[in-house]
Parts: sequence; structure tokens; C-alpha cells
Amino acid sequence: MAGKINHKFRANALPAMIMVGPVAVIMLLLVAVPLIYVAVMSFCSIDEYYNLTSDFTLSNYGRLANSDYIKIYGQSLLIAFLTTVMCILIGYPFSYFIARTKSKRKKILYMLVIIPFWTNSLIRIYGWRTFLGTSGWLNSALMALNIISEPLDLLYKNGTTVLGMVYCLIPFMILPLYTAIEKLDGTLLEASADLGARPVSTFFKVILPLTSSGIFSGSLMVFIPCLGYFFVADILGGGNSDVIGNLIERQFQSGNNWPLGAALSIILIIVTLVLVKIYQKLGGDMDALGV
Amino acid sequence: MGKIVEIEGVNKIYGSNKVVRDLNLTVDEGEFLTLLGSSGCGKTTTLRMIAGFEEPTTGTITVEGEKVEDKEPYERNVNTVFQSYALFPHMTIFDNIAYGLKMKKVPKAEIKERVLKMMELVQLNGFEKRYPSQLSGGQKQRVAIARALINRPKVLLLDEPLGALDLKLRKQMQLELKRLQKKLNITFIYVTHDQEEALTMSDRIAVMHDGVIDQLATPTEIYEHPTTKFVATFIGETNIYDGCITSINDGVATITLENGAVSVSCPSDFKLLEYATISVRPEKMKFSKEKVEGFELVAQVKDYVYVGSVLKCIVVLPNGNELKIERLAGQDLPEIGSKCYPYWNVEDAVLIHNESYYIFEALNNIQLA
Repeated sequence: MAGKINHKFRANALPAMIMVGPVAVIMLLLVAVPLIYVAVMSFCSIDEYYNLTSDFTLSNYGRLANSDYIKIYGQSLLIAFLTTVMCILIGYPFSYFIARTKSKRKKILYMLVIIPFWTNSLIRIYGWRTFLGTSGWLNSALMALNIISEPLDLLYKNGTTVLGMVYCLIPFMILPLYTAIEKLDGTLLEASADLGARPVSTFFKVILPLTSSGIFSGSLMVFIPCLGYFFVADILGGGNSDVIGNLIERQFQSGNNWPLGAALSIILIIVTLVLVKIYQKLGGDMDALGV
Repeated sequence: MGKIVEIEGVNKIYGSNKVVRDLNLTVDEGEFLTLLGSSGCGKTTTLRMIAGFEEPTTGTITVEGEKVEDKEPYERNVNTVFQSYALFPHMTIFDNIAYGLKMKKVPKAEIKERVLKMMELVQLNGFEKRYPSQLSGGQKQRVAIARALINRPKVLLLDEPLGALDLKLRKQMQLELKRLQKKLNITFIYVTHDQEEALTMSDRIAVMHDGVIDQLATPTEIYEHPTTKFVATFIGETNIYDGCITSINDGVATITLENGAVSVSCPSDFKLLEYATISVRPEKMKFSKEKVEGFELVAQVKDYVYVGSVLKCIVVLPNGNELKIERLAGQDLPEIGSKCYPYWNVEDAVLIHNESYYIFEALNNIQLA
């Protein structure tokens, strides 16, 4: 019996190795090794010249409880929360429209969401800064139309950062929503109307509960990257609305304190994993996240 | 009995496709009316127009004396049982059935009482807390019916509600639906493509074909006296002969067919030299070993198929057309391959106007006008 299983295993082993092997090696080199490297580094120290030393310490994690940092965690969570809410409010009607329309423009509308993905988001965010700046297009246009006399101060506020975040991340909300709404059986809506429900009741009693999985996975996919999109906060927030990503970036760049940056990264990874775990516990669909 | 639904001059046109053409239909209160036809005949579209999911291109629909064609589905006092059941998957059976009452803001205690009573009526007691995914097809069907009936609609619309059930369950549900309809005295408008189902359940059947009603009559009338070739062939099995009326004597016409002349009793609206179609049900067909007066058909026995109570005989005419004849088993029959003479009692055959008749009638009317 044992010999038979062994034989079977050997017969399947070679094709399996060929199929999975290269992927496993790539994942190991590009994901596992760097992660372990970061994790180890987060327990290292630096000397007075900011050189990495291998002395074990927990002080990096200790420093994260600093009140200035805690303020930024809170601010970061607030920005992520506002961004998620905005993405739902804008994304839901849009997704609903493109998912349910019978128009031939359906594909075009869908492409409008996808196409911006093909341009680097950094460039698009710079575009927003040019657009919103004191001598940017928006202010110039409003002044030329005599609607305002002084340029509006639009940049470098929490709101500007949220705007940029929403702009960058809304496709991650729209795509799962679109999938959920398109799966919705149209006869259920007819049945609801047939039983005397007005459109508003149908929305809250039937449509929303049956598409909540899309809102759920979309929110997760917006909220988590929002904590790390430092360049948006940098370019549009100008340092006034930092997210956790900014803290990490600064430790690796100007701060030159890699162990501290590594500890921050580990914290961010843990926060992410906790959120994903909660999502899974609440019955969220892991496939919808694309993991 | 008052009229409850009146459909007048309704057309439904999608682009260049006329799905329903100049439809006129009156449904009486408490009636079980079936719209019968093959897929694409416009029966479901008609039902959806009554429910309010589709708007007629032209014409009016009246329910209880009130014009409804511009009203939204939630404003109409009709309810629908969908082919796919369309139960809300995120609600329990109780909540599914209570949905309509909740929308009408009926007090909670009354909702509970009525839902439980309705569940008893459709034999679903004890299923309140289950979800639709935990039910079998037949149970889902009952929930769908209960969910519609609890609103006490004037008219219940049923769109092939038994289509997804297996044969045995379907037969059982047919009788149960009929029982419910009689008990609650609600008007049922029932859509199906299953002619047997239509014959079993309906008070009247409207046979639809290409967007028009070919015949509207009781099941017996439809079966015994089809008025169009389509109705004759669609409902049950039949033998069809096309020919020309070559003589009429004492209400019996001689029709000359490709394979010889035959006799049928002739209603007064048929004229000499008119092209007409004869329909004879297999159970009304006979054949003998000798020639029968008034029938010139000669055929060859091809096969006998034993199907329990009866024997199905297939005989072939010289032009290759096959005739189906049903005989009681155990009778003395010609051998396979031998010659036989098919005939029938003149009153058992139905004479049907050919399409050309209607064209000539129309032309005559134009000339007269």
C-alpha cells in the first residue's frame, strides 16, 4: 500500500515540479526573502553614523508609540475612511449604471475606468496639482470668467489628498461593485416591484443587501492601499496630510533610519492582515480581492 | 361574472419585430385563462404587459375598469409568479412571503398571522426560518405562489410556473394550483407552452401564434373544433389533409385530396371549390380491409406500436404522407405491409378554413366596400 502511494507520488512529482517550481522560486525570491529581510531589519539598530548594526533591539517598535506618530496613524485612518466613503458614494451609482445599462456604450464606460490604469498614477497626480494650483487651469478659468477675483487655495489640504486618493483608487471600488451588481438577477427587481415596492424600497431591501459583498471587498481594496499611497499625500497634501506610507518613506530616504522604517512597514503589514482577516471572518469573498 | 382584465388593440413592437399584434382579450372574474403557444409567440410579453414590466406600443389594458398601461408595476393590483421563482435569496421564507404586506405597511401581528395561514395553505408549515437555497424546486414554487397570493390580488399572473419541475411533481402541482384557484376564487392568467397542462387546468385557452390569438375557447372546444391549422396541430396529435371542396350534399362535403376524395360534415360557412384543411384525431381514425363508401384513400400498413391501452398504427399514403391511427389493442387488424382503406365518421373530422380563405374574404370585403 505504502509502496503504491509512493509510486503515485513519484509519477506526479515531476510535472508538478515543472509547473509550480518556477513560480515558487520567483515568489520566494521576490516576496518571501524581502519580507524576511524587512522583518529582521526591524529588530536591528543603527550606530551614530546611521549605519545598520546587527545588535538586537525592540526600541524601533517602542518609538512607534510616539504621540506624533500616533497622530499620523489617526490622520491616515481618517483619510482612508473618507476616501472609502467617497469611493462608495461615487462608485456605486456609476457601477450600477454601467452594470445594468442595456446601451451599447456599456463597454466604453467600462473602458473609461480601466484606461487610466495604463498611465502611471504619479503622472496623473502631478496632473491634478497642475490643475488645482494657484495659477493652475481651474483657478485661471474661474478668474477669466470673473467668478472669483483671488485664486482659491486648493492644494495641500486633507481634502486635496482625499481627492487624489479617490481618483487613484476608485477603480478598485468600481470593479468589484460592477461584478456584484451585474450578477444581480433582474427578475428579483421585477418581483420586488410586483409585490408593491417602490424603487427606493427595492434599493434598500433587495439591491443593497445583494450587492453588499461588492461594497465590502471594494472598501477593503481602497482602504488598505490608502494607508500606503505616500506620493498622493506628498504631491497633493504637501506634508500637511501624511499617511503611514509617508512615515515609512521618510525613514528610508531623508531619515536614513532603515530599522525604524522596517518596523513601520511590519506594523502596516500587520494592520493589513488584520483587516483582511476581519473581512474573511465576516464572510467576505477572498476571490473578489484577487488573492 | 364581471370582466376583470380587458386588453384592447394592444401591439408590442421591438424595432421591426412585432411581438404582439392587435391583441384583444377579455378575462372574466374568477376565470382560469391560459395563454398557450410555443416560445416567441408573444404569450409572455402579453403577461408582462399586464404586470407592468413592459409597456404596450399601442392599445389599452384595463384591470377592474381602470386603465393601467401607464402605471408602474407597484401601483397595480396584480401579482406575478415567475418562471424562475425569483425568491429573494437573502431573506427567510417568512420574510419572502411577508414582503408584499410589509410594503403595504400592514401591522406586524397581522402580517404574522396571514403569513402563517398562507404557509399552511400551501403546506409549508415549519419552513419559516429556512432560506430559499435550502428548499427543493417544488417547495420554492409553493413559496413563490404564497408570496403572490398573500397580497390578495385581483389577478394572479403565472409565467410557466411549473416549467422547472419534474413531470410527476408538475402533474401534482397542476391539480393543486387548480384547487387553490377555485378555493380563493382569484382570476388566474397562466402562460405555458405545454398543451396538456393547458387542457388540464384552464377554463378557457387562448392559443397564440406569431403574436396573435388563433383561437380562444374552452379546452373541449379547442380540442374538438380547432379553427386554424396551427391550433389543430399544436394541441394534441392529429392527421391533416389539405384539399378542395368539390361537392356539398346535405351538409356533407366531398373533399378531393392528392390521394383521392374523402367525406366530412360541412359547416355552412364553407363554400364549393374552397381550399380547406381536414383535421382528424388519431383516435377518431379508422381503417378497414375493404373499401368504404365516400372514401377513396388507399394506404399501406407500415408499423404497429403498442403503448399500453391503445395500439398506434402508422399507415402510409401513396404520396408518402404518414397517418396516425389509434385502435384498442386486441382487435383484428391488417398485417404489416398489407393494403388498407383509412376512413372516419363524417362528423368526427373537423373542417378548417385554409389561409387562402381569409385572403379571399378580405378581398371580397374590399370589393363590397
